[in-house]
Amino acid sequence: MIKLFKVKEKQREQAENANGKPPVKKQSAGELRLHKDISELNLPKTCNISFPNGKDDLMNFEVTIRPDEGYYLGGMFLFSFQISPIYPHEAPKVKCKTKIYHPNIDLEGNVCLNILREDWKPVLNINTIIYGLYHLFTEPNHEDPLNHDAAAVLRDNPKLFESNVRRAMAGGYVGQTFFTRCI
Amino acid sequence: MADTTAQPSRSRDLDKLLLRPGHLVGPNFEPGPELRDDLKEYAKVLVVGAGGLGCELLKDLALSGFRNLEVIDMDRIEVSNLNRQFLFRFEDVGKPKAEVAAKRVMDRISGVNIVPHFCRIEDKELEFYNDFSIIVLGLDSIEARSYINAVACSFLEYDSDDNPREETIKPMVDGGTEGFKGHARIIMPGVTPCFECTIWLFPPQVKFPLCTLAETPRTAAHCIEYAHLIKWDEAHSGKSFDPDNPEHMQWVYSEAVKRAELFGILGVTYSLTQGVVKNIIPAIASTNAIISAACALETLKIVSACSKTLSNYLTYNGVEGLHTKVTEFVKDKDCLVCGPGILIELDTSVTLKKFIDLLEDHPKLLLSRASVTHRGKNLYMQGPPVLEEMTRSNLDMPLCDLMDKIPKDIVHVTGIAGKGDKKQSCLRKLRVVFKGIDGVTDMDTAGGA
Repeated sequence: MIKLFKVKEKQREQAENANGKPPVKKQSAGELRLHKDISELNLPKTCNISFPNGKDDLMNFEVTIRPDEGYYLGGMFLFSFQISPIYPHEAPKVKCKTKIYHPNIDLEGNVCLNILREDWKPVLNINTIIYGLYHLFTEPNHEDPLNHDAAAVLRDNPKLFESNVRRAMAGGYVGQTFFTRCI
Repeated sequence: MADTTAQPSRSRDLDKLLLRPGHLVGPNFEPGPELRDDLKEYAKVLVVGAGGLGCELLKDLALSGFRNLEVIDMDRIEVSNLNRQFLFRFEDVGKPKAEVAAKRVMDRISGVNIVPHFCRIEDKELEFYNDFSIIVLGLDSIEARSYINAVACSFLEYDSDDNPREETIKPMVDGGTEGFKGHARIIMPGVTPCFECTIWLFPPQVKFPLCTLAETPRTAAHCIEYAHLIKWDEAHSGKSFDPDNPEHMQWVYSEAVKRAELFGILGVTYSLTQGVVKNIIPAIASTNAIISAACALETLKIVSACSKTLSNYLTYNGVEGLHTKVTEFVKDKDCLVCGPGILIELDTSVTLKKFIDLLEDHPKLLLSRASVTHRGKNLYMQGPPVLEEMTRSNLDMPLCDLMDKIPKDIVHVTGIAGKGDKKQSCLRKLRVVFKGIDGVTDMDTAGGA
């Protein structure tokens, strides 16, 4: 090996200012895999994706979900996605940007979805996550509560839960908490 | 040839390795004083990280006859480092690790020159890394390893038969420790598996379900993660948590204590809080010393060929007794980072649209509905519609122009490969070469004529 380094040293000295600039940006393996995920997205009509930083930044994007059935029919909910350079070794970070009255999403936008944390596997992809999020709107569940009050109401009084969701989406108070209109 | 009359150096043991022939040596080993001198003069080693492993590595490499070392680390010295990062003293707390480590080793070992770089690894130009004969890694994160690996592999070039060109191989030696366990491995891009070929070796991080943290905490770690992931956001709208800020850590700790009291859980301490939040496993000085020794030795072997190298991954476990093992992992031939990619020669006039059509008929690819990306720029995306629309206008432009007229470069494509019922989606690396724009040669000819 050392012979090689000697040769290279000489070459380097000779060609100090020749040739073009080396590449500036290094594309991570995570970015490449994400590129595949994104180009193959197959979203239902209720879900929409957008790239606030333009076509060359896929690592930060937003998904809008407009449920067409269930308690949340008519609402519009924005989620932000942040992807790590070692994706898919690490799950995307997903937050709900719309304040929502939901048993599995807290008022800070934290989302309790198993595939985002304990059950994430590198074989899953962005499509799976978006379907998982959509599922939270059609089947909110009181067994994995992140918003304790909402979960209790859903469990004990689905009718009241339904009207609370309506009130929150229309913009108004549920208990002490104010929700902005998202219909 | 061995020269037994060579002047003995101050490193008698090193002389035994470098001056005498042997049976178990690497290819092209040429023992003798010239090799010993060349090691000092020509071998340039970069040590990435000046922490637990980095301190050991710098000392070991300097004592192994290397004279030209550089070290890069973005951290400053903390009190908690002092038990094992032996180059640092109490009065160094707050100073950059790279600078202090370089100075201490140079003070103790004469003739060694160590250039410190107090910055992030991403802050350096790629060409900075190309300057080194070999890169030795003493890191604690997958991200940083993945980055250096991608940089080192980016220098690799393949010939037209898909064999790596030896002079473009940038060897790496990677060490890692976690408590009583550790690994040392060598990476010769294009020859042995790169970091990305075997990324599955790393176990997934343990992540607790958020609803468990919010509703049914059972352990001290649950309480800490509750304070860190949920309570922090509630109390500090918008301000992001900084694990290196002691005030932030103290806040999380005191919230975790309250939480633990509420649920009757024992065991929340400040150091456990740091451990859980920063994902730290207590470091053991002896593990670092052992792994570093293996790494320094492999570095010497790769550079001098005085012995065959590790092939290619050593694991060490000192939890109960001692267990150590060498595994020969294999390369992923389709690796997006170190693999050769599929060679495609094109005329400069070929448009992106035509290029995408070509991939469909290419015998090694048969790739339909291709999306194309080059150096972080998405040239064409088949979907989703919003991106297709933004990239559609590129289709009629020559690919060569879209690639800034670089004569040869790597392009990545994703699409559907195969025919009939064997179709599957895939991601491929391509080596695109344009015919007839070798600017340098043209200029040389002109000058010579």
